[in-house]
Amino acid sequence: MATARTSRKADTKLAEKYRFYLRQMLLIRRFEEKAGEAYSLGKIGGFCHLYIGQEAVGVGCLSQLRPDDYLTTTYRDHGQALARGMTARAVMAELFGKATGCSRGKGGSMHLFDASLGFLGGHGIVGGHIPLTAGIGFAIKYRQQDQVSVCFFGEAAVNNGAFHEALNMAGIWKLPCIFICENNRYGMGTALDRATSTWNISERAASYDMAREVVDGQDLGEVMAAMDRAVVRARRPAQPTLLEIRTYRFVGHSMSDPIHGHYRTKEEVEAHRKRDPILIWSERLKSEGLIDDAGIEQFDTEVKAEVQDAYDFADQSPDPEPGELYTDVYAPVKESA
Amino acid sequence: MPVMTYRDALNAALREEMARDPDVFLMGEEVGVYQGAYKVSRGLLEEFGPNRIVDTPITELGFAGVGVGAAMVGLRPIIEFMTWNFALLAIDQIINTAAKIRYMSGGQVGCPIVFRGPAGAALQLGAQHSQCFEAMYAHIPGLKVIMPATPADAKGLLKSAIRDDNPVVFMEGEMLYNTKGEVPEGEHIVPIGKAEVKRAGEHVSLICYSKTVASCLKAAEQLEAEGVSAEVLDLRTIRPLDLEALFTSVSKTHRAVIAEEGWYFAGAGAQVVDELQQGIFDELDAPILRVTGADVPMPYNKYLEKAAKTSPERIVAAARKVLYLE
Repeated sequence: MATARTSRKADTKLAEKYRFYLRQMLLIRRFEEKAGEAYSLGKIGGFCHLYIGQEAVGVGCLSQLRPDDYLTTTYRDHGQALARGMTARAVMAELFGKATGCSRGKGGSMHLFDASLGFLGGHGIVGGHIPLTAGIGFAIKYRQQDQVSVCFFGEAAVNNGAFHEALNMAGIWKLPCIFICENNRYGMGTALDRATSTWNISERAASYDMAREVVDGQDLGEVMAAMDRAVVRARRPAQPTLLEIRTYRFVGHSMSDPIHGHYRTKEEVEAHRKRDPILIWSERLKSEGLIDDAGIEQFDTEVKAEVQDAYDFADQSPDPEPGELYTDVYAPVKESA
Repeated sequence: MPVMTYRDALNAALREEMARDPDVFLMGEEVGVYQGAYKVSRGLLEEFGPNRIVDTPITELGFAGVGVGAAMVGLRPIIEFMTWNFALLAIDQIINTAAKIRYMSGGQVGCPIVFRGPAGAALQLGAQHSQCFEAMYAHIPGLKVIMPATPADAKGLLKSAIRDDNPVVFMEGEMLYNTKGEVPEGEHIVPIGKAEVKRAGEHVSLICYSKTVASCLKAAEQLEAEGVSAEVLDLRTIRPLDLEALFTSVSKTHRAVIAEEGWYFAGAGAQVVDELQQGIFDELDAPILRVTGADVPMPYNKYLEKAAKTSPERIVAAARKVLYLE
């Protein structure tokens, strides 16, 4: 049994972590606000999908992974990139298309990568990356290792064949995969009940004899606990899981889409905003005496400075050299074997 | 040198590369217990076990994606499509991920994978089972496209494809599996991107690949009887094209016919024509002609099917035309 002293030490360590997760969520929120601003200024091109409202999903899930685990995600990938430990500079510079970006300016907002963190993309085709996650899980099993392979996707992807094909194989082969459905209720502008005959997405796992849970995605504590259980199942001997994490996008589908409009009302958005994951977690930490308003303010000041630094860094970074157009199409030529 | 079938040559390449590199595995429909729909993987399950010879459900998108994901973390998958017709279901994985992931990750994530299986028309399989997609895949930067014509090239090129660090589309001729030829034992490597003169000649270049190589060799025999010396150049790889070999041959003969099995419009031969007119315009003594499959879905009726296919007779006729013999 732990002594009072070590348990206090463990408590302190846990409290540190809890505060860090709050800081991460704040970082994502402020980062995304800044990205929206930069987009409006024309600093960011193309499509830009923000993660505001969904921060607890990325932070909570990724808090449970080891550094050698893998993940893939969708084009709404900034938040997970930051939660996985990519720097705000590397992500913002990629959004700006700069040579210093995490994909050297060749990926953009939708294609963030950092292989050293096992962050294997930002993918742009709805559902298309779900089989990749099964393949990464297959490779883990093939090599008899004990990492896990995690995939984030939206609820719209579950009507796509790629979802079913991947989950079926993960079920047959017992792959160490965690399929995380971020159910933010709208596939672009199409509400879940207009797109799927089965509202309870987690139930789809039953078709593949797979463990499943429904999770409140606005409550970081709930997300972490569910993900912890999924990770335990996924480590050897592996059992895959489908997590349906219910959340809400506080902003439009992309920067070209108003927050509310044809497909959802202002009242609905306002109601959901009351369940802001950052507020919920802040209240919990305050009620447990782990932080006070001044502490939260301090974090907010820090992350705003971090985001401003990232913005300045991205703005001042060079574009890729013109010759970069033709690099990375094929692998470098090897000496013949 | 041992004589073996195209099928067994492919089998030898798979066996040798799997023995050489534990990261290589074969995945697809019926590759294991059933021994392969076309028996290319015969005996491999017994030799390498079910972890490396992986039977899948009929789920092309899914298992192609599994292969791509495994390749992204360093394994070297060989994904067998029972035929390339079925790979249409998987094309998002091939084009949107395999071909692009190195580029869009800024060089961080590679995809050393081989997609292979039979391509083109066999006999009376109808519209959905008789198609040539090499032009479609060759259109995509990031992919390599290989179409061997002989057992020796099948073995040597498959070994190169498996060792290549890029996604490779490897198309086997469905009608070639039973053809026989001499195949070197053991370490026989044919480099990707190198054409080969299968028959030397002086008066006209017959440019071909896969099944049309045999048609061109037959056509060359017929032309010889008329006193025409035809050179048969087997491209072997569609992307990257061996421009040097193309320019060398056509600079010698000054006339070219391209024989391909696929459809006329935007076929692989059209790219060859463009390379030749850009590269050696002044060497050409006649317009370049293409002999292709008829620009229609493949009919079932055997006479209509025959009329739709590229044949030695049509190649001879095209050669006579570029030689102004008719």
